[in-house]
Amino acid sequence: MMLTGAQILMTILKDENVDTLFGFPGGAVIDIYDELARTDIRHILVRHEQGAVHAADGYARASGKVGVCLVTSGPGATNTVTGIASAYADSIPIVVLTGQVPTHLIGNDAFQEVDIVGITRSCTKHNYLVESIADLARILKEAFYLARSGRPGPVLVDIPKNIASAKTDFTPPGEVRLRSYNPTYRPNQKQLREVVRLLQAAERPLIFAGGGVILSGGAAELTHLARAARIPVTTSLMGLGAFPGSDPLFLGMIGMHGTYAANMSASTCDLMLAVGVRFDDRVTGKTDTFARQAAIVHIDIDPTSIRKNIPVSVPLVGDCRISLQMLNEMTGATAGSTRFPARGEWLGRIAEWKQAQPLSYHQGESIKPQQVVEKVYELTRGEAIITTEVGQNQMWAAQFYRFDHPNHFITSGGLGCMGFGLPAAIGAQIACPDKVVVDIAGDGSIQMNIQEMATAVQYGLPIKIVILNNGYLGMVRQWQELFYGRRYSFTRMNHAPDFVKLAEAYGAVGLRATRPEEVEPVLRQGLAERKPVIMDFVVEAEEGVYPMVPSGAPITEMLLV
Amino acid sequence: MAEDKHVMTMLVDNQPGVTSRVTGLFSGKGFNIESICGSPTNDPNVSRITIVTRANPPVIEQIEKQLRKLVNVIKLRSLNGPKSVRRELALICVHAKAEQRAEVLRIVDIFRGKIVDAGLEHFIIEVTGEEAKIQAVLNLLKPIGIKKLARTGMIGLIREPK
Repeated sequence: MMLTGAQILMTILKDENVDTLFGFPGGAVIDIYDELARTDIRHILVRHEQGAVHAADGYARASGKVGVCLVTSGPGATNTVTGIASAYADSIPIVVLTGQVPTHLIGNDAFQEVDIVGITRSCTKHNYLVESIADLARILKEAFYLARSGRPGPVLVDIPKNIASAKTDFTPPGEVRLRSYNPTYRPNQKQLREVVRLLQAAERPLIFAGGGVILSGGAAELTHLARAARIPVTTSLMGLGAFPGSDPLFLGMIGMHGTYAANMSASTCDLMLAVGVRFDDRVTGKTDTFARQAAIVHIDIDPTSIRKNIPVSVPLVGDCRISLQMLNEMTGATAGSTRFPARGEWLGRIAEWKQAQPLSYHQGESIKPQQVVEKVYELTRGEAIITTEVGQNQMWAAQFYRFDHPNHFITSGGLGCMGFGLPAAIGAQIACPDKVVVDIAGDGSIQMNIQEMATAVQYGLPIKIVILNNGYLGMVRQWQELFYGRRYSFTRMNHAPDFVKLAEAYGAVGLRATRPEEVEPVLRQGLAERKPVIMDFVVEAEEGVYPMVPSGAPITEMLLV
Repeated sequence: MAEDKHVMTMLVDNQPGVTSRVTGLFSGKGFNIESICGSPTNDPNVSRITIVTRANPPVIEQIEKQLRKLVNVIKLRSLNGPKSVRRELALICVHAKAEQRAEVLRIVDIFRGKIVDAGLEHFIIEVTGEEAKIQAVLNLLKPIGIKKLARTGMIGLIREPK
């Protein structure tokens, strides 16, 4: 069958069950767009290519499928870099299709030419420049396979214009086989037996779960293990939702803005079962004081995550879900099992920590950002998909919204990319049309991709944007307050748009609350709307995120409320 | 922790950009390359890259894991100790006026080197061997005057079972 490169691309997208693309057209992809219009693949026209990648990322996290975006060469391609780096840091499966100048012009400094493969080499799991139409189908299949298998991640495929328009005799590619890439899914049995022994012997065990649990679909297995073996659970930012936030065994997030109970438990436990985590510096604080009393078991599909930052006693390379499932089978335990110690003393100590220093804030005359997040939780009954921007808004969302389900908290964790939440909410809403999707934002970061409001309105996506408006780049301001003698160097956002009018200008709904008693009515009204809504909450300007561990300090050295 | 010299060799897909992925990993992650040597193998689809690095043992472990994670790296082995053969080739251009020529030739002879180019005032010497041997030749030639030096960097193979 004779097909053009663009037709081959559509064939493979169908084959990979891709029903939605996030993209922005341009000269180098015009042949692909011409073909796309003849298919039933849904195309979401973003307003900036960075938005396309974050939307594909949000789509992937909410749906568990591979997110796909399509952009043109040159600036279209370079605009994707931040989004790719964010997906890479959080191991999110996306495929980024970039147009490229025709092969005979590559290297000529042609119009809209950049070496995007060179530029993204260090922030993709893998990337390709298609040099011959004969390789196109195979490369596309490999791209999807690499993106979703093993430790997932972004894969970029750069397609020159003449390859999209060239014709070839197409034969469907066979199954992907890469001799140099074979992720280990099943962990070593002997090591697993050692883990079971440690779990049974431990007096003060702690589970530390991360994004790998969610990515592998292992939240149910983790929850079963924790409940059966009576082990309290803390998570990283990326792990929120891997274990029900409302379960009594849940301690909250660990690390720089972790709870008192989580940080104290990590420093006191005698066994830490770390699953799908990478011991980021925001988690460990000073590494040589981290979990010093514990034997650490580390399960991760990526061998490079193990012993990168923290020495471990039992390394286990394997898929988190499969490993947890095997552990559950080997222990054969169910809730209330007598195969594990009651751990009454340990659980009692944790209860004391929880009681001594719960997450809290002082309600004053003005709106507290934490209060807004709590109300969002209450009014959505904990069932909303929450995306965030980055900074204080992100930490308050992580602390005060209790995530009971995986894939419901969508945040730029590793890269910490402002401007993520709005386009990610668009992607999540498209993946889950029946869900309430809320972007918890700050007045600073919402402006970094505000243009995507037009996208949300165009496609009738009823996303809800909650701006915690404090007139500052709040997290940096907080650091300046605490560690830089209150010199607020350029963190004051002296001028911001009127977000209510801005929403209306885009054709969305704009609401504002300025007093605590207005929070609930505004949220109720906003959440009830069937259109995109911006809710502008004018909050206490100098509220801080607490607890806080100063950068590089042991995580037990917390500044408390 | 002490930083040791470490030789690693890898088979990689023979494709454009693969060397850049390997070297980019070193620069991006702050690892250091003392020497790198890449060339095709008997399989036209596969190249071999050999790298000498200096790092402490946990960093070496991380470098090896990171390299194995690259999709184009097929196989990676360490080339340290007696289980492998390591060689490097050096081309050394030395000043060699009449009064020094005999001395240069003696040194070349001791190290079983070869003269591959000769002129009225210079020799180009070819020497192969382990790094220590190359270093020894260089130490002896240095007082005579080295004009130019080119080294291939280390290559090596694991010995087959006897």
